Amino acid sequence: MSDQPAVRAEGISRTFGEVKALDGMDLVVQRGQVVGLLGPNGAGKTTMVRILSTLLKPTAGHAEVAGFDVVKQANQVRRMIGLTGQYAAVDEYLTGRENLRMFGDLFHLTPGYVKARSEELLTSFDLDDAADRPVRTYSGGMRRRLDLAASLIARPEILFLDEPTTGLDPRSRLGMWQVINDLVADGTTVLLTTQYLEEADQLAQDIVVIDHGHVIAHGSAEQLKDQIGGDRIEVTLHDAAGAERAARALESVISGHPLIEDNKVSAPVSGGSMVLVGAIRALDLEQVEITDIMLRRPTLDDVFMSLTGHLAESETQRPEPTRRRGARRR
Amino acid sequence: MSAITVGHPVALRRPIYGWALHDGFVVARRNLIQTLRVPELLFFSLVQPVIFVLLFAYVFGGAIPIPGDGASSADAANAYRQYLMPGIFGQTVAFAAAASTVGLAEDMSRGIIDRFRALPMSPSAVLLGRTFADAVRQILVLTVLSITGLLVGWRINNGLFSALLAYALLLFFAYTVAWVGAWIGLSVPNPETANTAGLVWLFPLTFLSNAFVPISSMPDWLQPIAAYNPISTLVLATRELFGNPTGIQPHYWSLDHAALYTLISCAVLIGIFAPLAVRKYRNATAR
Repeated sequence: MSDQPAVRAEGISRTFGEVKALDGMDLVVQRGQVVGLLGPNGAGKTTMVRILSTLLKPTAGHAEVAGFDVVKQANQVRRMIGLTGQYAAVDEYLTGRENLRMFGDLFHLTPGYVKARSEELLTSFDLDDAADRPVRTYSGGMRRRLDLAASLIARPEILFLDEPTTGLDPRSRLGMWQVINDLVADGTTVLLTTQYLEEADQLAQDIVVIDHGHVIAHGSAEQLKDQIGGDRIEVTLHDAAGAERAARALESVISGHPLIEDNKVSAPVSGGSMVLVGAIRALDLEQVEITDIMLRRPTLDDVFMSLTGHLAESETQRPEPTRRRGARRR
Repeated sequence: MSAITVGHPVALRRPIYGWALHDGFVVARRNLIQTLRVPELLFFSLVQPVIFVLLFAYVFGGAIPIPGDGASSADAANAYRQYLMPGIFGQTVAFAAAASTVGLAEDMSRGIIDRFRALPMSPSAVLLGRTFADAVRQILVLTVLSITGLLVGWRINNGLFSALLAYALLLFFAYTVAWVGAWIGLSVPNPETANTAGLVWLFPLTFLSNAFVPISSMPDWLQPIAAYNPISTLVLATRELFGNPTGIQPHYWSLDHAALYTLISCAVLIGIFAPLAVRKYRNATAR
């Protein structure tokens, strides 16, 4: 039991009418691990989490959570997991404390335990002062914290976090990261989805990059960065036209495709810091005026770009299956 | 945010009445708290039946004669008010179904339903809780209606015990239609549709009955439909239990055994719509 992985999924596919949300997805999460599912909107992250948390049945494939089949043993799976989705899944009209009590009761825990655990969670998540106010008076960050607290009422071994910080301000996001790190230190297994590369880098030991419903890369942040090779040069210009000219001027210096974003151009290079000298010389020869130039280690953005040919943030490239969130009816 | 240090969860022992009722009660408590947190909604759900009482008592009342009871009452309009109140009661509890429709459709469109589904709770609990809370809310509605009725001249003539039976029958009917409403709420795509779909079927149902006019005043072909409409038998049984005028009844088995027919109808309707609704809810889970 304990040497079983927390999550094992093989060849999971899921279609919504014509749309293939997942297409042969494999995933293994070892116990105590934090795995980040990284991908742009519409990549299939949420669908995967919904299948693993028994909310959705796969069209094909097989998945086990804590050793239980997510389709045939859904109720056993539900006892082992906590789920926090993209939208706060708490009752708007109930107070924070009433919400926690309700979910604890529905988890079939004793009133004494539910009460003690609720108090502890409210304190841990800085919700003491708001505990007796209806949730509709809460800020976005408070709702998310209460939502996470509700997921933790029964001390789940495995926690699914679907974009836990989407829509939060930077301060709330840092707070959420701290909470997640505390949980992991406590031994909780976490599978989190995110479209923020920085978030995956910060929280997850193991990153699974998905696009179009299947895994396109897998490894630690460092491994993924190594996968696309060495350093990158990044040049900032006055305007976009300057960036175009700079990209042409740098052709002889760089060792891959340049990426132009507004007034910035970046490209992989090889050869250490001497590359900078060559780059500046080349730019000077073409009389390109620059405002900044630097050499840096690749970020996960670069990883994503080189793996998929598009940026993680460019969400509008592919139409999202329209019923992604509303897809649970019928 | 400090580290979390709590003992292991302690599981509750299975109650003798089973998890479905336990979970249903927890959800009903949530639905009733919601009602208290939105007093405006409660207020307007009380205003509507009160307006009906006043409209029918004073606007239509004089124009609708109650055959057979004109002699026993000095004032035809007063007789109509006696006749009217159980009709309003029946109509009001039937319209409670719309609240179940809208409430469930709203639940289904919100994130909280995902949490319910990811919990190891009974799959029928959300529906049990909803229907139960919607029926309980009718206690308050019936109280306000009864007071209004007393103010316009309606009277309980058959003693307290019969009156309590009448109220119990009304509440059981409210619980029954709540299941029909729940099923509709799970069948519509969104809360906006639920607002309309939850009401349309209730108008023909309540008006094709003896709630406001005697069945004997309807065309012959319509009379059997009205006679076997459970609203008619509910209202008739309630009139009998309150000791209010019933008018002259055409002879149909349902009308001759009004209370029994109402109970059978309720049992059959719950027997049909509760499993249908639970299956819809489960399949929604599987989507």
